[in-house]
Amino acid sequence: MKRWLSKNLIKIYAFLAFVYLFIPIAYTMAFSFNDAGKSNLTWRGFTFKNWQNPCGAPEVCTALGNSLKIGFIATLIATALGTMIAFALGRHRFRGRSTVNLLIFLPMATPEIVLGASLLAMFLNLGINPGFWPTVIAHVMFCISFVVVTVKARIASLDPKLEEAAMDLYATEVETFRRVTLPLVMPGIFGAALLAFSLSFDDFIITNFNSGTLTTFPKFVYISSARGIPAQANVIGSSMFLIALAIVLVGQFVSSRKNRV
Amino acid sequence: MVDAAASTKGDLHLTNLVKAFGDFRAVDDLSLVIPEGSFFALLGPSGCGKTTTLRMIAGLEEPTSGKISIGNTDITYAKPYARPVNTVFQNYALFPHLSIFENVAFGLRRRGIKDVKEAVTKVLALVELGHLAERKPVQLSGGQQQRIAVARAIVNRPALLLLDEPLGALDLKLRRQMQIELKWIQTEVGLTFVHVTHDQEEAMTMADTIAVMNEGRIEQMGSPVELYESPRTVFVANFLGQSNLVKGKVEGASGSDLQVSVHGNRIVVPSARNFAKDNSDKSVLIGIRPEKISIEHPEANTLGGGVITDISFVGVSTQFQIQMPWGQELSVFEQNDGGASHLQKGDTVALSWKPEFTFALDGTADVDAGTSVNPDEI
Repeated sequence: MKRWLSKNLIKIYAFLAFVYLFIPIAYTMAFSFNDAGKSNLTWRGFTFKNWQNPCGAPEVCTALGNSLKIGFIATLIATALGTMIAFALGRHRFRGRSTVNLLIFLPMATPEIVLGASLLAMFLNLGINPGFWPTVIAHVMFCISFVVVTVKARIASLDPKLEEAAMDLYATEVETFRRVTLPLVMPGIFGAALLAFSLSFDDFIITNFNSGTLTTFPKFVYISSARGIPAQANVIGSSMFLIALAIVLVGQFVSSRKNRV
Repeated sequence: MVDAAASTKGDLHLTNLVKAFGDFRAVDDLSLVIPEGSFFALLGPSGCGKTTTLRMIAGLEEPTSGKISIGNTDITYAKPYARPVNTVFQNYALFPHLSIFENVAFGLRRRGIKDVKEAVTKVLALVELGHLAERKPVQLSGGQQQRIAVARAIVNRPALLLLDEPLGALDLKLRRQMQIELKWIQTEVGLTFVHVTHDQEEAMTMADTIAVMNEGRIEQMGSPVELYESPRTVFVANFLGQSNLVKGKVEGASGSDLQVSVHGNRIVVPSARNFAKDNSDKSVLIGIRPEKISIEHPEANTLGGGVITDISFVGVSTQFQIQMPWGQELSVFEQNDGGASHLQKGDTVALSWKPEFTFALDGTADVDAGTSVNPDEI
């Protein structure tokens, strides 16, 4: 018994860790099939009807649409700006570079509740009413730091000799960037964009302060929790999880294919 | 081939080249001419400025002062992509996201050549890796990557091919093979090769002309035989192979020979092989390569009273360490042809050699210059 335990302890531990990580997700998925009534708290029987009609609950798809729109726009802007900052920090030596490096970390370290409240106060002082665009601006702001950190790590791992080799082989600065640097940094940029999107899609605190009457998906779930979360929310949550999983799997498949040819 | 690169042909001239990093002069007033079509080696320990020199020729580093030109074209400040020079980088720097074919085609495509297939296929055949064209660099072995790096450079037919420690990452056996192969490729394509290395054996095997660099300057330049047989400085004598250097005093000259007193022994040095500058106390270092010394056969130059302190057998030869009466240890290499097989540790022997093998160097120089440098410590 003791020998068996010492041999298999690591497996048992790993299994328990995964159970701990995945129980909430499994729960969410299971309850997306619940034949729920007013609230989705107790199991009342299996049904496909939530999945067949994910927009069945009032407001749920409007909220989802808003979240996707904000997510896409914020991701696009944050990724573009963040990538440029990352290149500046990773490839050039300039005065104040270390200060900028530090400042980039600040938004990540600041409590969201403080950021949200401050942003709202700022928007109101500027005479801008909370809503769609203030939310986008707020999201861009907190996503940039994560993009910079992710892309910078990728740039740091890039051998500068490759760029020298490209220049040596008659590529101008622009061509070198387009043909060598960018393709090699691309996985980092792509990863940063995924991260930015999931951060934006997920955000509740800052969004709650700055979105005014606009409902995003997290806001919808929060508000409806008072009177019972509809099973459709579980359907959407589960779908997002599955889509993210699919993207990761496809990404791995493509990169392994690329390396094998 | 329509070729902007080929329009500038000719010898490479480096004129009073200086590269300073702050107070440190990595390259210090370097001037040399590398003839078109030659295989030229810049040899020196790490930090001697050879790589910096190479990077300035490639355009990856801007000289502090001085001039670089190929033929009559001044390229001192030309961008790397605007000069007819290609480089084989130390760790090859193949583009990991491109196939072997596209790696090799990279330079041609950037120069606007549409039909690259023939040129690429031909150069891949030259390095015998045509079958790997569709692979990615990571799927190739070190030796194969090395050859692709060479192919990627020579396909552009540059006026000058620079090789930055190209064999440093390969194991010994492969390195030997690649040395012969590179030399063959150079003869085949007829381009000027400038090869930077810290490995004296590599430089001697491949290059027609070697420039030995030390502390940003050229110590001596010449053919491998010239450098080995007639080193002009202590650094060269020690860095290229091994030398026995013994302090002596010039007593006088007779005919074309110099008489030198070495710890009481009379040693003859041909005047033509005296590379020492005149100095007031007439001190010189007399030099003799270990394999030129014979323990058994008496010759005109003899130093007696040595005691064998160590014998190591290395296959083709046996290496003896011999302590001389004045305390200095000298090395002797004897061919394993049966002549010296009876010698044992503790035996007292006399060292003899022909006068024409002797050379004389500046007596005030540091005897150990160039020895403490371990070429494999990079």
